Amino acid sequence: MKAVLDLIVGDPQADRAVPHTGITARLTVFATGVMAFLAVLVLALSMTAGRVADRWADELAQAATLRLPADADAATIEKALEILRTTPGVAAAKALTEAEQQALLDPWLGPNLALDALPIPQLIEVIADDPPYDPEGLQARFAAELPDAVLDDHARWRAPLLKAANRLRLVTWLVTLLIGAALAAMVVLAAQASLAANVQVIHVLRLVGARDIYIARAFVRRFTLRAAFGAALGALAGVIVVQLVPVGDAPGSFLAEIGFQGAGWLWPLVIPLIAAIVAFAATRAAALARLKEQT
Amino acid sequence: MIELENVSCGFGGTPLFSGLSLSLTPGSFHFLTGPSGAGKTTLLRLCYADLRADQGQVRLFDQDASSLGRDGVAMIRRRIGVVHQNCAFLDHLTIAENIALPLTVADRAAEAAGNLPELLAWVGLTAQAGQFPPELSGGERQRAALARAVIMSPDVIIADEPTGNVDWEMSQRLLTLLVELNRMGKAVLIATHDLTMIRTMKAELSARVLRLKDGELVQAGAEL
Repeated sequence: MKAVLDLIVGDPQADRAVPHTGITARLTVFATGVMAFLAVLVLALSMTAGRVADRWADELAQAATLRLPADADAATIEKALEILRTTPGVAAAKALTEAEQQALLDPWLGPNLALDALPIPQLIEVIADDPPYDPEGLQARFAAELPDAVLDDHARWRAPLLKAANRLRLVTWLVTLLIGAALAAMVVLAAQASLAANVQVIHVLRLVGARDIYIARAFVRRFTLRAAFGAALGALAGVIVVQLVPVGDAPGSFLAEIGFQGAGWLWPLVIPLIAAIVAFAATRAAALARLKEQT
Repeated sequence: MIELENVSCGFGGTPLFSGLSLSLTPGSFHFLTGPSGAGKTTLLRLCYADLRADQGQVRLFDQDASSLGRDGVAMIRRRIGVVHQNCAFLDHLTIAENIALPLTVADRAAEAAGNLPELLAWVGLTAQAGQFPPELSGGERQRAALARAVIMSPDVIIADEPTGNVDWEMSQRLLTLLVELNRMGKAVLIATHDLTMIRTMKAELSARVLRLKDGELVQAGAEL
C-alpha cells in the first residue's frame, strides 16, 4: 500500500530530475485512452452475449416440446397431457391452441396461412420443474404409451448455442488480452523514446551517484500515472457510449440488454487499474533493460 | 582511498598510458598536469569509475573497480565529488536543484534544506540559487559545480580543469575553496594546464604535482 502511495504521490524533487517530454506524454494518454475505450466496448459485448446466451440456454433447458401427429384427436392429446402431469419433474404442460401455433409459424410462413390446409402437428409445451424430469425416462414412457409422440427437450439446440456463446466469450477475452498487449507495447515504445531523448540527463544522474532503479522510477511513475489517467478517460467514454446504445423494444433482445450489470460494472472501474499495472510492469522492464545497455 | 596500480587505458586499441600507478590518501593534494590529449581526463574518469582500465588494478575505497556492479559504482560516486570540465548540469533544473542533485538521487533530498543555504553562501551563489545553468557565467557555473561536488561531504574531490573558463581572480577563489576542503581532510586531485596556478598553490600547500606525458605519469619537480 505504501509503495502504491509513494508511486502516486512521488517525490516532486526526484520527478523534476527528468524533464517532461510533451508529445510522448500526450500520445501515451491518448493511446491508453483508446485502448481502454475499446476494452470497455469489447467487455460490454462479451458480457451481454454471455448473459443472453445463458438466459436462452436456461429457457431452452426448462422448456420442452411434445409433438403429436397432425391427426391426433382430443383423447390422444388428453392422454399425453395426463402422462406429463403424472411425471415427476414436470411443472406444467399445455397444449398450444391453434392461434398460438399460428403465431409460432407467422415469422416463417406469414400471417395469412390457413392451418387447416396443412398437416401441422399438435404441440404441447412442457415446463420442467426443479429438479427436472428425466427426459430419457419420459421418452421411454411415451414410446410405450403413445408411440407417435416425439419429445424434443431442445438439447440439440442448446448445445451449439452454449458452444457459440463460450466461443464468443473466448474471442472477446482474447481481444481484451490483445488490447492489453498492444497497450504494453505502446508504453514500452513511448518509454524507450523518452529514455533515448534523455540520454544526457541519465548520464548526469549517473555521474552524481543515481542508481538505475532511481532513474527508472522517474520514468515508471510518469508512464504509470499517464496510462491510468488515459485509461480512466477512455473507460469513462466507453461507459457513456455503451449507455447511449439504442435499446431495442423487444424484451430479451440483444440490444435491450447491452451493457454491464451487477458486478460487471466493476470492469470499467478495474480497467484503469489494469492499464496502470501493465504500464508499470512494461516501463520498469523496458527502463531497466535500456539503462543496462547505456554505460 | 583511491589506488591505481600498473593501470593501462586507451581507446580503439591505442593505449593512452600504461603501467601507471597513483594513490590518493586522506588529506592528500595532487595536481595532475600534462599536454592536451595526454589522458588527464581519462585518468580522472578511472578514479570515479566512469571508465574501466584495460589492464592493472583500480581500487576505490578498498574495492576492486572492475568487480563493481552498477549499484556499486553509484555508491562509490556518492563518496567522490567531481567537478567536471563542462560542469555537467541539468539545464532544466535551477542551480540550487543541480547542487542538491547528489542528495536527491540518494533519496536524501530532505538534507538539502539544511546544507544548501550554507553551501550556496560558501561559493557565493545565494542570489543565483533560482537561476538556471545557462543564465550563469563560467565562474559561477564552476563554483556551482564545486558546491555540487561537496554537498555529499565526499572523501575525495576530483576537479577537471576547474579554472579552465574563468579569470585569474575567479580561479584563485575556486582554488581557495578546494584548499579549504583539503584542510578538512578531503583528498583533492585537480587536473589542470594552468602552471601559474600550480606554482602559486604549491608554495602554500604540500601538494604533489604529477605530470602525464607520453603515456607516463611522473612527479614534476623543479621545472615548475
